[in-house]
Amino acid sequence: MRILRLLWVGWKFHVKSLTLSAFFILTSILQPIIFASVAYFMFRTGAREGTLLYVALGAGMMGIWSSTLFGSGGAIQWQRWQGTLEYCIAVPPPFLLVILPLTLATATIGLYSLTATLVWGWLFFDVPLEVADPLAFAVALPVAVVGLGLLGLILASTFVMYRNANALSNLLEYPVWLVTGLLVSLSLMPGWVGPISWVLAPTWGVNALREAAIAGNPWPEIGMCLVLGAVYLVIGHFALQHFERLARERATLSLT
Amino acid sequence: MTNARVFFVGGYLSYRALFNWMHWSYYVPTMLGAPIFQILFFAYIGRYAQVKDDEFFVVGNAVQLSSMAGIYGMAMTVGGERWTQTLSPLMATPASRLPLFLGRALPLIANGIITSAFAFVVGWLLLDFELGAREIPALAVVVAVSAFACTSLGLVVGSLGLRVRDVFFLANAVVYSLLLFCGVNIPLESLPNWMEAVGRSLPLTHGIEAARAIADGATLGSVDHLIWTELGIGGAYAAVAYALFRFFEIEGRRRATLETI
Repeated sequence: MRILRLLWVGWKFHVKSLTLSAFFILTSILQPIIFASVAYFMFRTGAREGTLLYVALGAGMMGIWSSTLFGSGGAIQWQRWQGTLEYCIAVPPPFLLVILPLTLATATIGLYSLTATLVWGWLFFDVPLEVADPLAFAVALPVAVVGLGLLGLILASTFVMYRNANALSNLLEYPVWLVTGLLVSLSLMPGWVGPISWVLAPTWGVNALREAAIAGNPWPEIGMCLVLGAVYLVIGHFALQHFERLARERATLSLT
Repeated sequence: MTNARVFFVGGYLSYRALFNWMHWSYYVPTMLGAPIFQILFFAYIGRYAQVKDDEFFVVGNAVQLSSMAGIYGMAMTVGGERWTQTLSPLMATPASRLPLFLGRALPLIANGIITSAFAFVVGWLLLDFELGAREIPALAVVVAVSAFACTSLGLVVGSLGLRVRDVFFLANAVVYSLLLFCGVNIPLESLPNWMEAVGRSLPLTHGIEAARAIADGATLGSVDHLIWTELGIGGAYAAVAYALFRFFEIEGRRRATLETI
């Protein structure tokens, strides 16, 4: 119960805090709307038939990935700059339980993106908002967010080893949009892209949302998101332990 | 002579200062790594949506990428001075503002040209894009003019950085808007009329149009009207930026807000 309370309070605090950040408003609302508009125009102009809801969901998921990437990738570094990292590590609960609500919050902020791209598409591009299976959609959405938030835990614990984590975030935005098939079918990609996409939660998250919204069976994708989330949690746990040990040994906790 | 020194030496030092905090390990992934994936991303959407061929996306994005250094660089130049509390000493110097201001833009234009050239090479290596040796000089002229025009827009962003609190937010919004309005990935004729009109008043639009024509075999002479228009737009933005810079400097002194962060 204590653990759940810690996660809940931490998550709520970070969601509120991120909502006040102009950078996250840009990442999670303005940027997805602009990219969604580019995508809507491209698909409208192109010869491929299909629903714009496919594009809207993909563009929304792009925003969730961006906010997770920039938010989680810099999570530990931010604590360092703010001078709160030592306290986060010194408190009695494990560091994992302190940082996890933050990475989950960065993915949650991405929900603004999905909402923004869907409403924007509905208002200006006649994107139909009918969801074929509302129950499955209501399940798929939080599962996708949790999947990405747990992937964020790996980003948080590994990017901190890199001096310019922001640069790494800049680099990884487009490739993940591409290889997870958010706007482009993976069948168009070279064969070696497939295995990369399988280990990334956004692939399964967006497929689950599409299957639920457009028609189909989203439950296998939802299951894969949960399985991957569990794997990320284990990897993130060990990566954080490694970071904590190194930082204590080298006395680099407050290094900015 | 003093003005020339402020222009060249000041610009050079400012650029080096930019790299003091923008280390190569930041520069390479951001300025060279991300563009590779931007081109691939839009080219693959283009293939999937069956909009246009790879050449359309390689040329559009490669020219657009010349804007990154100019816009972000200028935002960082002014925003950085403000952040490090060096803006007031700079404003206290007797140096003429015009060379001080424009000198900072010159290295960023060169940087934009390099990024763009790299993007063309990436497109040629990874996608279905061919470019004849005969077309390269003409394309280089177009990219240089576009980089100048975009850096002029960056100067406007930088000037606004004297007043607004979060200049990086503004720089990001401007760069993303160029992707939407300037025909980078969407044929201009597919945009609503008002968006096309906005696009035609921005840098890049005419440059991209000229670059696409050259890639299709047109000569520099046959697209000179587009190049002159791009140059004119760049000049207009530079003039607006300078006027804003002086206005905000005077206002900043009057209201003691130069170093408000």
